[in-house]
Amino acid sequence: MLYSIKIATRYLTATRGQSLLLVVGVAVGVYVFVFMSALIGGLAVLLIDRTVGSIAHVIVEPPDRNPVLLQEVPGALLAVLKSSQQRPTLQSAAAYLPVIEATPHVSVVVGKLLGNGFMVKGEAVAPVQITGIEDKDISAIADIDSSLVAGSSELMLGTAVIGSGLAESLGVGVGQSLVIRSERNVEQSITIGGIFELGLAAIDEAAVYLNIRAARVLLALPEGLSRYEVKLDDLQQARSVAEDLRARTGLKATAWQDQNAQLLEGLTAQARSGDLIKGFALVTIIIGIASALLLSTYRRQSEIGIMRAMGASRGFVVTVFVIQGAIVGLAGGVLGAGLGFLSLLPFPPPEMTSGGGLPVDYRQGAYGAAIALTLAGAIAASIWPAYTASRIDPVKAIGP
Amino acid sequence: MNEVPLVEVRDLTKDYAEGENVARVLKGVQLTVAQGELVALLGPSGSGKSTLLNILGTLMRPTSGSVRVLGQSLVGAEDLVLTEFRNRHIGFVFQAHLLLPDFTALENVMFPAAARHGRERHTDRARASELLDRVGLSDRRDYLASQLSGGQKQRVAVARSLMNAPELVLADEPTGNLDRESADRVMQLLIDINSSDGTGFLISTHDENIAARCQRQIYMADGRIADDRR
Ligand SMILES: Nc1ncnc2c1ncn2[C@@H]1O[C@H](COP(=O)(O)OP(=O)(O)O)[C@@H](O)[C@H]1O
Ligand SMILES: [Mg+2]
Repeated sequence: MLYSIKIATRYLTATRGQSLLLVVGVAVGVYVFVFMSALIGGLAVLLIDRTVGSIAHVIVEPPDRNPVLLQEVPGALLAVLKSSQQRPTLQSAAAYLPVIEATPHVSVVVGKLLGNGFMVKGEAVAPVQITGIEDKDISAIADIDSSLVAGSSELMLGTAVIGSGLAESLGVGVGQSLVIRSERNVEQSITIGGIFELGLAAIDEAAVYLNIRAARVLLALPEGLSRYEVKLDDLQQARSVAEDLRARTGLKATAWQDQNAQLLEGLTAQARSGDLIKGFALVTIIIGIASALLLSTYRRQSEIGIMRAMGASRGFVVTVFVIQGAIVGLAGGVLGAGLGFLSLLPFPPPEMTSGGGLPVDYRQGAYGAAIALTLAGAIAASIWPAYTASRIDPVKAIGP
Repeated sequence: MNEVPLVEVRDLTKDYAEGENVARVLKGVQLTVAQGELVALLGPSGSGKSTLLNILGTLMRPTSGSVRVLGQSLVGAEDLVLTEFRNRHIGFVFQAHLLLPDFTALENVMFPAAARHGRERHTDRARASELLDRVGLSDRRDYLASQLSGGQKQRVAVARSLMNAPELVLADEPTGNLDRESADRVMQLLIDINSSDGTGFLISTHDENIAARCQRQIYMADGRIADDRR
């Protein structure tokens, strides 16, 4: 082993320029690998931060009402389907609050009254999602306060805070009054107190925040709540906390991951395409090392023949070439990962960026994996050339 | 003498496939060489000298017949067994000197021992140094092989062939590529080693002058031994 390492390094240093080029080529592949890892990881952090930062981590709401069986008729079922008009509400909501607040990892609990409706301004009509909430809670889930583009976020009885997209489509500004009509056909006249822009189209284009007391009138729900929205101190615990809340309250509790199947799907797809690119980078590394070593076995054919004649075994020849591959892989891996780390370091973590910059996360460069995979790939790449070298016929190589 | 012969060859044939046809290059060779003999192998080009030496050196397998070196049958043995056998018992000197160009003279000489032990031992370094001294190249010890002249390279090759103190050295036209002076020097070296160490030599050559300095001359013609003189 010692001696094959000596021969392998001598071979590599004897053709210094070529070896260097090979190592740099490998390093470039590793750099791509590291960069892709950091980018995909960073994008995930950014997306989760942007999305999950503005939504509840767990939603606690009344259980789905099962269809009620009306009458047992042989061969047929007669049932009342879920009414889409009448939302189920938590009638004795206040009783659940201390239970939810006492659940581990829960940091914020906000009660909401939800409903649908329309806003009308002259000829313009827009469908809206009405959220009735205590004035103090308006920024507890989505940070409405710091997303304000006009007015204030204070929820008084006759004011509404609405999304910027909605304001635009209705052509209204702060201080203007319009009519809001709920799904229960109750109408109110309200004044726009503030306009916000979260950057999430679904919210910006339809959300109307009202003081909960105004919302009770509008939605004809004198008591109870539609749901509690919960924020956690640890995002990743959402599913287990939801489980916990279900057990403690008997209510339906849904984690953000399960509310946002699309987000999760998007993240998975992103990770998969990242893996594909990383896979290609590895394949390129393997092909590069294999072809360089194969070329070297050709060039050193007669030397290999001499070594065999002098009593070097086939295994020895294999070891010499596999070690060359391993050295190239390790050197290229460390160089590429090192350069990757250094070039990623200046980028602030994605959750700290205010947007605009490249969302790479240097903590997610997967440096160890990059080096280990490159080393493994390099060793795999050298097996065929090494085998070829070990099969060289000393008589042919020595020549007449 | 009761001693086991260095080389014992019976009914040796070797065929080469040439496209569709098979060419018989060795056509029943009988040969016995005693330990410590210095033998010249003569004959026209294409008579089969190199083929015979390669078979004796376990670098090539015979088509039929028996080949024994130091009493060991080498027909049908595994590659690893043959490799180990030639590492311990057989030295080679080729016409085209064939050193490892990226290694120093000393490292080249040491190679057979390093390949055997898996590392360069101090004792082997000392012996290699001594051998280089013996072939008159102690001042070139740390030169890369690629920096040596033809005659110097061949002397390094001679030193290398002796590294593991083999009983048999096979030299295929060792002076073929050298000028008169270098050729004489290399030949004298082989003769000296033979008389001082008792190493057996089989030296193929076209040069009658060189052959005349050996104890025995074997003439090959058309794949057979045509004459055997002492
Ligand atoms: N690998 C080979 N394939 C086919 N024919 C070969 C091969 N090696 C040698 N020969 C033929 O075998 C014959 C003997 O060759 P060789 O042993 O090299 O003779 P010598 O060394 O006496 O010149 C020649 O006719 C040569 O052409
Ligand atoms: Mg020949």
